[in-house]
Order: sequence, then structure tokens, then C-alpha cells
Amino acid sequence: MDVLTLSRFQFALTAGIHYLYPPLSIGLGVVLVIIEGSWLRTRKPIYHQIARFWTKVFALTFAVGVATGIVMEFEFGTNWATYSRYVGDVFGSALAAEGIFAFFLESGFLAVLLFGWDRVGPRLHFFATCMVCLGAHFSAIWIVVANSWMQTPAGFHIVGDGMKARAEITDFWGMVFNPSSMDRLFHTLCGAWQAGAFLVVSVSAWYLLKRKHEAFARASLRVGLIVGLTASLLQLVSGHFSARTVAKYQPVKLAAFEGLYETRSNAPLTLLGWVDEKDEQTRGIRMPGMLSFLAHDDLHSPVMGLREAAPRPEDRPPVNFSFQLFHLMVVVGLGMIVISALGLLYFRRGSLFEKRWLLWLLVLSVLGPQIANQAGWFAAEVGRQPWIVQGLLRTSEGLSAVVRANTVLTSILLFSAVYLLLFAVFVYLLNDKIQHGPDDADLVPAGKLALPVRH
Amino acid sequence: MTFGSLDLNTTWFILIGVLFTGYAMLDGFDLGVGALHLFTRTDEERRIMLNAIGPVWDGNEVWLVTGGGSLFAAFPNVYATVFSGFYMAFVLLLVALIFRAVAIEFRSKQPMLWWRRMWDVGFSAGSIVSSLLIGVAMGNIAWGIPLDDRGEFAGTFWSLLGPYPLLLGVTTLALFMMHGAIYALLKTEGALHDKLRGWINNSIIFFIVCYAMTTMATLLYVPHMAARVRANPSLFSIAIFNMLAIANIPREIHLGRDWRAFLSSCLAMVALMGLFGLEMYPNLVLSNPVAANSLNIHNASSSPKTLAVMLTMALIGVPVVLAYTVSIYWIFRGKVKLEKMSY
Ligand code: HDD
Ligand code: HEM
Ligand code: HEM
Repeated sequence: MDVLTLSRFQFALTAGIHYLYPPLSIGLGVVLVIIEGSWLRTRKPIYHQIARFWTKVFALTFAVGVATGIVMEFEFGTNWATYSRYVGDVFGSALAAEGIFAFFLESGFLAVLLFGWDRVGPRLHFFATCMVCLGAHFSAIWIVVANSWMQTPAGFHIVGDGMKARAEITDFWGMVFNPSSMDRLFHTLCGAWQAGAFLVVSVSAWYLLKRKHEAFARASLRVGLIVGLTASLLQLVSGHFSARTVAKYQPVKLAAFEGLYETRSNAPLTLLGWVDEKDEQTRGIRMPGMLSFLAHDDLHSPVMGLREAAPRPEDRPPVNFSFQLFHLMVVVGLGMIVISALGLLYFRRGSLFEKRWLLWLLVLSVLGPQIANQAGWFAAEVGRQPWIVQGLLRTSEGLSAVVRANTVLTSILLFSAVYLLLFAVFVYLLNDKIQHGPDDADLVPAGKLALPVRH
Repeated sequence: MTFGSLDLNTTWFILIGVLFTGYAMLDGFDLGVGALHLFTRTDEERRIMLNAIGPVWDGNEVWLVTGGGSLFAAFPNVYATVFSGFYMAFVLLLVALIFRAVAIEFRSKQPMLWWRRMWDVGFSAGSIVSSLLIGVAMGNIAWGIPLDDRGEFAGTFWSLLGPYPLLLGVTTLALFMMHGAIYALLKTEGALHDKLRGWINNSIIFFIVCYAMTTMATLLYVPHMAARVRANPSLFSIAIFNMLAIANIPREIHLGRDWRAFLSSCLAMVALMGLFGLEMYPNLVLSNPVAANSLNIHNASSSPKTLAVMLTMALIGVPVVLAYTVSIYWIFRGKVKLEKMSY
């Protein structure tokens, strides 16, 4: 295999695995803030117990998130050196901002969140929890800004030519607020909130099924379901905004997402289907006019097809692959709304605990956001191909000049082994934590945390 | 923001230096604690060592991440050349850093002996390999690496393992071990504290021997890394200051003033990095043998606009970061006590 294929594979592997953990940290961060806030407000010891339990889970996801993140930071230099020279002037500043504004904040206050329970007062501890949550959100901001610039470049000009050409910044805020960054940021954050919330939902539903730790499970489940449903609904709205931005700035990608070859008005949205790339045909269940509506808020507007947007096949991404991933995300997204709405409905009515089928669905719901997050990123990145920076630099031109295929292969094997081990240990420890359950001693906060209990 | 006639390229050369010095001073001690980890015997001792760095190691590592990000933004050509050129070395460094990071978190989660042993080894090996590789990378930068006329690395992985870089690798390990031992001394009490005192003497001797050899090797075989000090005798004061700071460490330890010993060790690192920077300036990566292909602060830098934007960010961000970093060290001051949430 050539260096290009291997490097792409390596990037997909390492980014995909990294992206299993940060969404959990971001989402759990929000849950922790809500729960610790409730504890401070109501002084109910159960919230203290819940906060302690999820803090331990948070620590676990955070550690693996950090370990896999460091690889990402240096991978642009190791595998994509020509790309780094080309975009460093623009892209680098967002990455540096992530370090200064996000990682320091998060890792600094994490110390207080994890180890500060008996050292600082409850208010300062709550403040630290908020800062960790904020830091996690900041890292999403900067990295999504950087990635969005690759999708819809703005605020730069090209200097030099041939081998020496590179992008230079002309307008920093233009780069930060490039056409897709805010839509994609919001969308990514909703996905992260879902990831955290449904982990909480899943574990709580499991305890309810097993009739263990029921008081804990009910209180956790309530918070999880509310955050989960809110995020899922917002996700639908923000997905719509993302789709509009893609339609406007990356018509090739949108056409690939929907397997649309012919430019047409009243363009249909396919629910489930299959793209035959040879015959340039898409078959499946369709809703007429919906794609036109999604992209332009009008059932009749024309949507550009691949034959017009990218006449040469080598300028198109893998169409069926993008199509399937995109639809997987959308279907899962709709499913999450249904599941969490049902869950909350029956929870309110008090009959959730007899509906074992629904509890089982809630247990499985943890997989949904993970699948949709991965599918969404893969669709967004694969759909941009063959460009590494849309319209400016091709992926094949971004490679490191001096790196050999064997070297990349060796590193892939090494990373795969390490990541497999990490993943196995992570799952094992998480399972262990869940089986062990919340600690009853945490019902009686000690030391500086011993708030007077209100009755 | 505009910065008038300020020389932004030089400013960023200094700032990158500050970030990597901060990294050496901070992560240096937790890498050192890791390198010493297997010398402790009982589970309790090991837990104390881990909890000594527990609240701070992750923040320390962010100095490396931010240093890397800033290098990407300020000198993209250096970032691209060094990381693609030292490919396998960096992959190994990353694997070592991964093991270190997760070992700290995972070790305490199960009581089984084999489990704890496994992560103890992961933590220690990860720390030792990282320290060595960081030193080897510095050694190569100082010695110079073969670059072609496009500024691309023209050597191989094995050519990076020359005797001088390896010597610098061992010296860095020794420096971090000494630094880590002093930090551990600050955080412990009782029997472990007394035991550490013994190790400190050994680690200081180990470091001073390595340091003397490196200095000699530099003077004999890497004359360009001493040229500026030779030409400007006044700069010699930094070298003297460095030696005094190093010599002061055993003295303070002997007097039982552990804090001052730690401070001396930090100052020695600042002086060492200062000398390194002075000798490199204005180059960032020396090309050897064709010196004309070297990457310097002009041919490797980003545009003035980006450098200015980044400087603005640094002026806003760094004071805030320093303020809460100091507060967090303050909250966790004092000797380690094992508690419920401890590792
Ligand atoms: C829990 C995760 C999750 C869920 C349920 C959804 N998405 Fe999504 N989606 C993502 C997680 C995600 C993501 C991982 O966050 C992506 C990848 C890159 C990005 O910015 O967001 C993404 C990208 C993404 C894009 C491409 C943006 C681009 O290429 O720049 C579109 C058009 C949508 N989404 C639309 C939707 C729609 C209509 C959904 C229906 C409910 C939906 N998403 C659910
Ligand atoms: C975290 C979740 C992410 C996932 C799952 C992901 C997935 C992928 C995949 C699958 C590819 C290969 C595309 C192909 O087949 O051609 C890729 C490529 C790439 N992505 Fe992403 N990506 C993620 C985040 C990011 C971010 C945040 C950035 C930038 C800051 C980024 C930058 C790149 C680059 C530079 C490449 C290599 C060139 C390319 O193949 O397009 N990715 N990513
Ligand atoms: C390819 C692009 C990416 C790079 C270069 C990258 C880099 C990093 C690095 C270096 C760390 C460790 C920081 C530390 O030492 O504390 C990290 C952790 C983290 N990253 Fe990424 N990252 C990428 C993609 C993403 C994405 C897409 C998100 C979220 C949307 C994200 C969110 C986080 C968060 C929240 C953490 C903290 C650890 C955790 O909470 O699990 N990163 N990342």
C-alpha cells in the first residue's frame, strides 16, 4: 500500500479513537455541573453521591482522552508535513489557542475536581467543576474551528507558487468565523452532550433493571434523560443548519451525502437507500422535495447534482460510502429523539420502571451517540475528498515528503496494538466501576464538604 | 493588536524557548518521579509517589502540547521538518507518553498484584523512554541534522542515534531524575523521605558526571554550540550561574532546605535552556553538513500577521494560566496524605 492510503488510514484510526472519549468528557462535564449545582441548591446527599460516582467515570474517560489526544497534536507534522507547511500560518494558531485557552484550564481545574473534595469548600469545588466543563467545551471550539477552516476556508490569501505556495492569514476573525464553523461547533457539541447524557441514562437504566441502587438510579436517570432529550432535539435543528451550510459551500459533498447525480428542483431526501456509483443511480425510500427544503427552505428550489458540481469523477468523494455514513447518523439521530422522549414520558408518568423493553432500549442507547458521532465525522471528512483543504490543497499533495510506507505501517501496527489494549482496559474498568456502583459512604459528605442538610 | 517595531520572529523564538523550558521544569519532575518509581518497594510508597504528582502531571504535560501547537503556528516549517524527519522517534515518544498517562490513572483501580506491577512498569518505562527521547531530540538539534535544499530531513532513524545525541539523552534522564527526587522529597515525610535523601545524593552524582561529560563533548566536538559564549565573555556569566545553581543543590539538601534545592534545580534548567537558545539563535534547526540549509527564525516562520495574533493570544492567555497554575499548586501544597480519592 502507498503512503497516502496508509497515512489516511492512520489518521482515521487515531482521530476516530480519540473521538470516542472527548464527547463523553464534554457531556459528562455538563451532567456534573448540573448535579453538583443541584447538590449545592438542595443539599440532598444523594446528589453528592451521584456527583462522586460520575466524577470517577469522568476521570477515566478524561485520562484516555488525553492520552489519545497527544497523538493527534503531532500527527499533522509527522504524516502531513507538506500540509503543515501549507496551512501552518492559519491552522496552527487555532491549535495553539486550544493549548493556551482550553487544555490548561481543563487539566488545571481537573486536579481540584478529582482530588479537591476534602481540601476546598463546596463552592470552590463547584467552581472547579464548571471550569473543567468550560475547558472541555473550549477545546471543542478551537479544534472544530480549525477543522471547519479546512472545509470552508476563509480569511486568508495564497502567497508564493509551486512548491512554495502557502496560505497566509489576512483576517483572524474571518478565519475563526468561517462559514461553517459555528454550525459545526454547535452540532458537534450537541453530539457530545448526547454522548455524556446517554451514558448516564444507560447505566441508570441498568441499575433499575437489576433493582440495584434505585434512589441513585432514578435521580441520575432524570438528569440524563432531560439533558439527552434537549440535546437530541437541538441536534436536529443544528443538523439542518449544517446541511444548509454544506449545500451552499460544499455542493459536491451534499450531492454525495444524498447520492444526487442530476441537478433538479423538488429534490428528494432519501431515507434508506443504495447508490450505484457505476450507473450513477440512487435507489431507496424517498421523500420528494425534502432535500430542496432542507438545503434552501423551499420545496421547489433546485439542488446541484454531482454531474454538474464535479463533472470529473476524480473530483468526487466515494459517493455511496458518504451516503451511507450520513444516513446512518441521521437515522440514529432521529432514533435518539424517539427513545429519550418515550423514556421521559413514562418516567413522568411513573410507569417507566415496569416497561422492561424500554429500560433495555435505554441501556443500549449509549451506543447511539457514539455511532452517530463517528459516522458524522467520517461523512464530513470523506465527503470533502479529494481535498484536504477544500478547493485549495489535495489530500495526496499534503503528505510528508520524507516518510516511507513501511514506517507508516509500523506506526499503524504499534498504535493499533496500544489502542486496542487501552480500549480493552477502559471497558474493563468502566464495567467494574458500574458493577461496583455508587459508594454508600458518599451519602455522608465529610470534612469541608459537610454542608448542613436541609430537611 | 500591532506591536510596532518589535522583532516578532525573535520574540517567538524566545517564547517557544520559554514554553519548552516550562515543560522541562514542570514535567521534568514528574518524568523524574516516574523514572525513580521502580526503586520504591511497597505499595504504599508507590502510591505516595504517584499522588505526589497526581494533581499536577496532566497540567505539566500541556506545556508540551502548547509548545507543539505554538511551534506549528509560529514556525510551521520547523514543525513539519522535525516531526516528519524524526517520525519513528516521535511515534515511540507518543507511545511512551500514552503508557505513562494511563498507567497513573489505571494503576489504583484494581488491587491485584499483577495489575499494579504491570502499570508500575508501564509508568516507569514510559517515563524513562520519554526522558531519553527528549534528550536525544535536543542532541540532534544541537549537533545538526542533514537537511536538503527544501529544508526536508535527509537522514534515517538510525542516523539520529549518534553518540552525542545519546549522551544528551542520558544527561536529560539524569537531570529529570535528580529534579524528580527533589520534588518527591518535598512531598514526603517519614521513612520514605529519609530513603529519598539517599537517592538524591546518587542522582546528583549521576547528573554531575553526565553533565561534565556533555560539557566536554560539546566543547570538543560541537564547537558551534559554544561559539557565541566564546566570542562574548560576558555571556560566560550564564555558564557560571548554571554551575553555581547545580553546585548549590547538594548544599541545600545537606542543610535540609529542600525548597531551595528545588528552586536551584529549576534555575539550573533555565540557565541550561538559556545557553542552548543563545547558541542556536537565530537558527531553529541546524543543517549539518550543509549549514546553508538550516531553518532559522526567518525562513521557517509564519507571516508577521500570524505572529502578532499569536502574541496577542499569549499576552491574554499566559497570565491567566500562570495565575491558576500557581493557585492549584498552592491548594495541593504540603506533604502527600493518602485519602479516599487518592490513586
Ligand atoms: C450524536 C451525534 C450526532 C447526531 C445524532 C447527528 N449528528 Fe450530524 N454530525 C455529528 C454528530 C451527530 C458530528 C460528529 O458532530 C459531525 C461531524 C463533523 C461535525 O461538524 O459534526 C456531524 C456532521 C453533520 C453534517 C456535515 C457537516 C459538514 O460536513 O460540515 C450534517 C449535514 C449533519 N451532521 C446533519 C445531521 C442531521 C440532519 C442529523 C439528524 C438528527 C444529525 N446530523 C444527527
Ligand atoms: C475527531 C473526529 C474525527 C474523525 C472521526 C475524523 C475522521 C477522518 C477520516 C475518516 C479521515 C480520512 C478521510 C478519507 O478517507 O479520505 C480523516 C482525514 C483527515 N482529517 Fe479528520 N476526523 C476527525 C477530526 C478531525 C479534526 C478535528 C481535524 C482537524 C483539526 C481533522 C483533520 C483531518 C485531516 C488533516 C485528515 C487527513 C486528510 C484527509 O484524508 O482528509 N480531522 N479524518
Ligand atoms: C485532530 C484533531 C485533534 C487534535 C490535534 C486534538 C488534540 C488533543 C490533545 C493534544 C489532547 C490532550 C490535552 C492534554 O494533554 O490535556 C486532547 C484532549 C482533548 N480533546 Fe482532542 N484533539 C483533536 C480532536 C478533538 C475533537 C474533535 C474534540 C471535540 C469536539 C476534542 C476535544 C478534546 C477534549 C475535550 C480533550 C480533553 C480530554 C478529554 O476530555 O477526554 N478533540 N486533544
